[in-house]
Amino acid sequence: MIQKLVWENVRHRPLRTLLSALLIAIPVTLVLTLVGLSRGMLEDHRRRTQGVGADVLVRPKGASFMSGTTSAPIPEAMIAFLEKQPHVKLATGIVVQPLSGPFSTAAGIDLEKFTRMNGGFRFLSGGPFQQKDDVIVDQYFAQEQKVRAGDTITLMNRQWTVRGIVEPGVLNRVFMDLRHLQDLTGNTGKLGQIYLKLDAPENTDTVIASLKTLLEDYPIWSMKELATLYTMDNVPALRSFINVMIGIAMVIGFAVVCLSMYMAVLQRTREVGILKSLGASRAFILGMILREAVLLAAVGTVLGIGLTFAGNWLLATLAPSSFPPSTVPDWWPMALLISLGGAVLGALYPGMRAASQDPIEALAYE
Amino acid sequence: MNDGGPIIHVENLRKVFRVGKVEVEALRGVNLTVTPGEFVSIIGPSGSGKSTLFHIVGGLTPATSGIVRVAGKDLSRMSDAGRTILRKQTVSFVFQRFNLLPTLTAADNIAVARHLAGRNHTGADPEFEQILDLLGIAKRLHHKPNELSGGEQQRVAIARAVVNRPAILLADEPTGNLDSVNSQTVLGLLKRLNQELGQTILMITHDPEAAAYGDHIVSMRDGRIVSQPPARLA
Repeated sequence: MIQKLVWENVRHRPLRTLLSALLIAIPVTLVLTLVGLSRGMLEDHRRRTQGVGADVLVRPKGASFMSGTTSAPIPEAMIAFLEKQPHVKLATGIVVQPLSGPFSTAAGIDLEKFTRMNGGFRFLSGGPFQQKDDVIVDQYFAQEQKVRAGDTITLMNRQWTVRGIVEPGVLNRVFMDLRHLQDLTGNTGKLGQIYLKLDAPENTDTVIASLKTLLEDYPIWSMKELATLYTMDNVPALRSFINVMIGIAMVIGFAVVCLSMYMAVLQRTREVGILKSLGASRAFILGMILREAVLLAAVGTVLGIGLTFAGNWLLATLAPSSFPPSTVPDWWPMALLISLGGAVLGALYPGMRAASQDPIEALAYE
Repeated sequence: MNDGGPIIHVENLRKVFRVGKVEVEALRGVNLTVTPGEFVSIIGPSGSGKSTLFHIVGGLTPATSGIVRVAGKDLSRMSDAGRTILRKQTVSFVFQRFNLLPTLTAADNIAVARHLAGRNHTGADPEFEQILDLLGIAKRLHHKPNELSGGEQQRVAIARAVVNRPAILLADEPTGNLDSVNSQTVLGLLKRLNQELGQTILMITHDPEAAAYGDHIVSMRDGRIVSQPPARLA
């Protein structure tokens, strides 16, 4: 019966219910989108790293797996040195140059070696570099920038010709000729990082152990290990950031439900009085208000999940290159918990206020 | 519960309200006795204290001092939780403004009272069916209050009040919001419930015509009972 009472209360005021659920949905969407975005970007990064086709990565001294790679402190002569090492079949270096925004970079590659390393790009249109001012971009970048093969595009304050559009998932979204980018950025003869292809992947550990003795202080990872590091727990401050967002979401949920239920209790003062005259206990009234809050939280969570899909679609349409979203169903229970926690806390005060209402005053309420 | 004695016994009942720094004495030593199966009307002008007496006997508010026994239960020593149980099991109300829950159908309004009393069975209840027939609302049970006339709403409220077979039905100006035809219908129904089912009824009203439906009339003024049948005096 209490469920029916709660359900009818919620149904009786559809606008209030919808607005409350929507306001609960917003922090849910916020958390799920941020987590999805964080995970999507890490996933995308991992996928593109694996797409290089290498077995080992050598980075500059002092670099971490996630730190910026835009400097180029490794001498190019290192390539020849590395290629002489046992089991190393191929070594190729890259430089990375920031473009507009923090998530947009161009990679300078030696296309011939890069093709040998990973079997080559899969061109959707156009083809390889023909001139030094050519760029190859991936499908997402082309979609976001609305460019086709043969178009010109301004990058680094220069005009470039989009020579080819490739399938995403290989190293970067924008590719330039290594030598040209080195020259343009004052990094002639320098590299940002070096990828190694071995004669057999089983030799990875042996090669890394050997290189670590030869290249002291150079971080060297197997690509397999590197792929496992792209998780939220390994990115400094990301977990804290998400926790802060969860806290904010809970506070918003709490405030929304508190306000909504407070208004509902005021509106239903007389109904509370009627229930009390029928013998409803304080616990019954409090339980009714809390159940209503839980119902609103559940509806809000479902709505929030729906809005997350809409948000992801919007991001994938407007900025597929910068913000690759990811749906995170494993976070839906957490989103529900956040909503429920905020809702129950928010409904406690209005619920206790309703439960302790004087029945005579409540019945006289106009 | 009630061993043959009065079902309502009120002795030297006082109720003082505090309004700001001013104390208002609503009841000034009321004595009243109602025996099971009686239909007692309490009449009096506004401010006479009849509503306060109604609220105390119904367990909606505590007394300041005096003895109040309802169906053998001593209300003067009763906690808020105890009064809640009294409202659930022993007394029920019919109000001037019907006080039906607007979001529920008539049937659900009645079901809520049944649920609160812990009587959730959904099986046949021939006696209650008979009451519904008597009240003439059997075909209106699936309508919400805003789809019912005032008279129908009050009849649903009466059905809700008697569904748990309370020891006492307390009616507060039950015809105050009704036209004369519906007033007579509702009063007639209360009378039939009293006569045919032996339902004890305590009704407060300011309308002498309505009061006349009771077996006895008790008059109140200025927080005191000013006239009642001598046999009813405590």
